[in-house]
Amino acid sequence: MALLMKGNEAIAEAAIQAGCRLFYGYPITPSTEIPEYMAKKMKAVGGTYLQAESEIAAIYMVYGAGAVGERVMTGTSSPGFSLMQEGLSFLFAAEIPCVIVDVMRGGPGLGGLGPTQADYFQLTKGGGHGDYHAIVLAPFSVQEMVDLTKEAFDLADYYRNLVIIAADGILGQMMEPVEFPPVAGRKLEPKTWAASGAEGRPKNNVLSYYLTPELGEAENLRWGEKMSRIKETEQRFVEYEMEDADYAFVAFGTSSRITETAVDMLREEGIKVGLYRPVTLWPFPEKGLTARLNQIKGWMSIELSAGQMVDDVKLVVNGKAPVGFYGRQGGMTPEPEEVAAAFKAQLLGGE
Amino acid sequence: MKAIFTKTAGLSDRPFHYCPGCTHGIIHRLIGELLEEMNLIEHTIGVAPVGCSGFCENYFTCDMIGAAHGRAVAVATGAKRARPDRFIFTYQGDGDGASIGLAETMSAAARGEKITSIFVNNCIYGMTGGQMAPTSLVGQKTSTSPYGRDAATMGYPLDLPKVLTQIEGAVYVASVSVDSPQAIKDAKKVLRKAFQVQLDGLGYSFVSILSTCPTNWGVNPVEALEWLQTKMKPHFALGELKVPATEGGSEA
Repeated sequence: MALLMKGNEAIAEAAIQAGCRLFYGYPITPSTEIPEYMAKKMKAVGGTYLQAESEIAAIYMVYGAGAVGERVMTGTSSPGFSLMQEGLSFLFAAEIPCVIVDVMRGGPGLGGLGPTQADYFQLTKGGGHGDYHAIVLAPFSVQEMVDLTKEAFDLADYYRNLVIIAADGILGQMMEPVEFPPVAGRKLEPKTWAASGAEGRPKNNVLSYYLTPELGEAENLRWGEKMSRIKETEQRFVEYEMEDADYAFVAFGTSSRITETAVDMLREEGIKVGLYRPVTLWPFPEKGLTARLNQIKGWMSIELSAGQMVDDVKLVVNGKAPVGFYGRQGGMTPEPEEVAAAFKAQLLGGE
Repeated sequence: MKAIFTKTAGLSDRPFHYCPGCTHGIIHRLIGELLEEMNLIEHTIGVAPVGCSGFCENYFTCDMIGAAHGRAVAVATGAKRARPDRFIFTYQGDGDGASIGLAETMSAAARGEKITSIFVNNCIYGMTGGQMAPTSLVGQKTSTSPYGRDAATMGYPLDLPKVLTQIEGAVYVASVSVDSPQAIKDAKKVLRKAFQVQLDGLGYSFVSILSTCPTNWGVNPVEALEWLQTKMKPHFALGELKVPATEGGSEA
């Protein structure tokens, strides 16, 4: 049976269904329905909702719960996500699995409450210090918020890596029909590394430091191998009208919904254009894009930012075709007509 | 022959890295002994800070989590809420607990988190090489207060345990030192009580321990103890500053 739910609530419910029994967070618009839903529902399932004093404390509470081996989540929005960056770096180094939701809003600074995708760099390049990446999943519908949240916990445990759900103010706030089908899930190893109390085994330490540069390099190389493994196996994307396309948009999340409409409009005019939609922002889905390089005469990244993902598109296209960009900022979203017009101006020479 | 003193099972065989005359080693031993005596080693998760004691996970034989600077109490909170059946302690210096982690300390106390914080105050940043701490005394020369801590521009030392007594969720607050055999014995009694408060589920327990740093104070170990006794002790409230209501204290 389908339920009508807000994106934020759907993420929270999916997390509970994925076995998450610990939520630490600090309220911030437009993500606040996540802590509110958790505050209401965790009690009934014997879990814990705890309101932290700040996003800094929240992410380290996540660190503590993840370090003892439990499934744990926090949810926030851009300014709060900025505060968590130190913790993300530590979570990566200590290899503590956890799930973080960033419901992006306008920035920089306090910004506004409208939707943006301007945290893309912070999400995908590592907003904290050091060489690290989170696995970043970008849903484009409330249903996908459910499906990807459930999977996020498995990915986190499987790779012992932080996983971020990258949503935005529209996806978090809008209501859509949604279903919660049972998920088989991955086969996961027991968390023998966790610092959960050394009953009947040698003690465990969960740490993020190394004292010698030699060890530091070895650890970084080991993490690099893990990143390569994730890059190789976890790239996800969805194609729309790409089979016979001459031109292609690249867009994720809310901007991909708008772009889908722009694709339909342009096709009605007889222009063969498609949409390549990354579902994993990190790893960026290079493989699917590379497979289309000989087919596509021009690419165009549509984002709710000044142009961030477009850099990754250019790296993959590597000069083989022009790469355009159109975006709106500060909480504004483009109309499909704007997207179509920008496409014509930049890739069809103003036709 | 009867052994009258043995190394506690709460500590590993790894030699301490601490400087001669530093009292971290004594404090570690007291904690290790209590973990053993109270049968807690296998049920404990300790949280290590950043600072000189940031490698204490090498010494305690319980499971340990290494926190970021100032975040030990938040990490401990996350762990305790995940595993309420475990005994959870943080081991932090004055910079960790009273400066960069002050918000975490105060908020955990306000929530009455059922964890125990051991706060080692030596009035200086040891690990980074002798900079001014939130607890540095007025007039104290450090590498970042080379002319002495000037109250007009650098403020005053924070007596964190005294502040914590005002917070309802902090049910046991004590401040002790380990500068003499008797003081060490008393410190152990206080730590035992703090541990018991957590085991009884009463709320947040906090033990401040005045400690020495001869290296960064620029004195020898004997002079360091004198400095602690004559300079530090007059500036910090000492003793059991707050005890649970069951002991006639002010717990609500």
